[in-house]
Amino acid sequence: MKRLVYELSESWKIALAQMQANKTRSMLTALGVIIGIVAVTLMGTAISGIQKGFDKSMSILGDDVLYVSQFPWARVPDWWNYRDRREIKTQYAQTLNRLIDSTPNSNLIVAVPTSNIAKSVKYADNQVTNIFIQGTTSDYPLISVVDFTHGRFFNEMETKSAANVCLLGYDVADALFPSGSPINKEVLISGQAFKVIGVGSRQGSFLGLFSLDSIVMVPLPTFQRYFSAKSESDVRVKIRDKSKLGDAKDELTGLMRRVRALPPEKKNDFDINEQQAFKSTLDPVKNSIAIAGLFITGLSLFVGAIGIMNITFVSVKERTKEIGTRKALGARRRTILLQFLIESTALCIVGGAIGLTFAYALCFGIEHAFPSFPIQFSLGLVLTSMIVSVLTGLISGFAPAWSASRLNPVTALRYE
Amino acid sequence: MDSNRCRPFGPIVIDIDNITKHYAMGDETVHALRGVTLQIHRNEYLAVMGPSGSGKSTLMNMLGCLDTPSSGRYEFNGKDVSSMDGDELAEIRNKEIGFVFQTFNLLPRSTSLGNVELPLIYAGIDPETREERAAQVLRDVGLGDRMHHKPNELSGGQRQRVAIARALVNNPSIILADEPTGNLDSKTGQEIMALLEDLYERGNTVILVTHEPDIAAHARRTVHLRDGVIERDSLLTLQAQCLSHSRSSVG
Ligand SMILES: Nc1ncnc2c1ncn2[C@@H]1O[C@H](COP(=O)(O)OP(=O)(O)O)[C@@H](O)[C@H]1O
Ligand SMILES: [Mg+2]
Repeated sequence: MKRLVYELSESWKIALAQMQANKTRSMLTALGVIIGIVAVTLMGTAISGIQKGFDKSMSILGDDVLYVSQFPWARVPDWWNYRDRREIKTQYAQTLNRLIDSTPNSNLIVAVPTSNIAKSVKYADNQVTNIFIQGTTSDYPLISVVDFTHGRFFNEMETKSAANVCLLGYDVADALFPSGSPINKEVLISGQAFKVIGVGSRQGSFLGLFSLDSIVMVPLPTFQRYFSAKSESDVRVKIRDKSKLGDAKDELTGLMRRVRALPPEKKNDFDINEQQAFKSTLDPVKNSIAIAGLFITGLSLFVGAIGIMNITFVSVKERTKEIGTRKALGARRRTILLQFLIESTALCIVGGAIGLTFAYALCFGIEHAFPSFPIQFSLGLVLTSMIVSVLTGLISGFAPAWSASRLNPVTALRYE
Repeated sequence: MDSNRCRPFGPIVIDIDNITKHYAMGDETVHALRGVTLQIHRNEYLAVMGPSGSGKSTLMNMLGCLDTPSSGRYEFNGKDVSSMDGDELAEIRNKEIGFVFQTFNLLPRSTSLGNVELPLIYAGIDPETREERAAQVLRDVGLGDRMHHKPNELSGGQRQRVAIARALVNNPSIILADEPTGNLDSKTGQEIMALLEDLYERGNTVILVTHEPDIAAHARRTVHLRDGVIERDSLLTLQAQCLSHSRSSVG
């Protein structure tokens, strides 16, 4: 055992010395591994970055919130079966809350209505168009976390009295008020004056997914007074326990059927959506990155492995006499096998480390060039790369190392 | 007749009995050894002589456990090595045999110290002891000031000294030197021979292969090979002489 340790450390030293003595050759040989590792790392970074950005967008929707809406979020082939559905009314929320309160051990906590419409918002000479105006009640913070850089959410009084107050998303505030605080300033939403009472903190948008940065929130009664026409409403219901999502959905379906007074033979004429539905939209993107990345990685690692196998064969040939000498001095087959395996592996590890450094630098560059792209350079990726490097080294070095270990000592010593 | 030369020998280290070695070269078979019987005792100084191609190196490889005979029996320190596998032979070479080659065979990228430590690594000795022992042997062969030099920073004679230190470092039972002066000028060659003489004087068993009579003259016993068989063994001659000498002195 101790002997093995000494042999390994000696082999490692020899491997490094060998690399130093043949710098150019080693670098060229390691190139395939370097490219492979850069590819696999960038791929992993891109995928986990996309996942991270997606998760962030999803967390805004809330993974413990059910959305009662007119249509399903997922695309359906038989859309004609849906077009006659009645709209979702914001009043449902009140009825639902009453039903929830009277249900013992309900899986649901609270229902909050929202109405949405796209409008332009103006302050002085600055105008932003096509902004989501969302009307909701002061209960909204109960279902979704809202962070502010300035100000606060509207309270019950402001909701009930249909006050002309509003909250600006970060990007909206930034566009309308490039300098100075928006608080207590009056903005115009399609001509109506609203006093700004809060500004949301920055959430970041990602791949055009939903972000609170570019919306404006107003009290629902105020919304209904000005923007009722062509708006779309839904009712959001917070559930008690994420692990009982199915039960909660069933319960809510039952409640909604009561609200809509649907006789048993009639199908649901509403849909209960959850953010889960979005998850599947991301998979094709992730998959295509993974396939492209794996293809490049596989190809360059394959080429790299062949290069390393070749160079190890050359090294064995060049050092046949040395192998004979080592055997004469008592090196066993295992010793020689390990020595050349370590040499090929060391080459791959160094290649892998260089690749990782490159990839890290690239990620760093991307992060600074495109701050909105969430970069995720993880320890797991480093480990994966190193394992891939080591495996490449072991696989490509095995054949030459095996042939070296099998050399007859006399033949090896006679080799010139 | 010097009766001193008739003193008894130490225990037998090498005992080979009628060994042969042949190589298949295409359709032909080369008979490198055709039945060699030889006993070597502890603290002998033996030279194997013979013309080129007579089988000296082949015999040396057998003695050094680098190869196994095609037939015949070989006992090393009482152990049968003719049937051992590669790793068992490696173990014997590591512990019991010190090789000195004509071409030195040092590792080019290692220092003198590193080269001499190599057999100790294969023996599983810890780094401190390794360095200590390697340094000691290097001082013994007169290279105390060349420990951190690489082979290409050393003269031929110094390289062969490093090789001898490497052969000695594991305290082997025998030292095998195949044409150790073959790549050296005659003055350096004499220095190396003096070093081997010194090792012999200190109790080592030295086996030397050479085709030069004045190099062989350093040895106490000479074995002549020709066409793969022993043509003449000076020990047998001597034993015969001693036998008749003791008979005549008694008679
Ligand atoms: N590995 C080998 N393969 C084939 N023939 C060999 C091999 N080793 C030695 N021989 C042959 O055996 C004979 C003895 O060789 P060798 O022992 O090297 O002689 P010497 O050392 O006395 O010059 C020679 O004819 C040589 O060609
Ligand atoms: Mg020879």
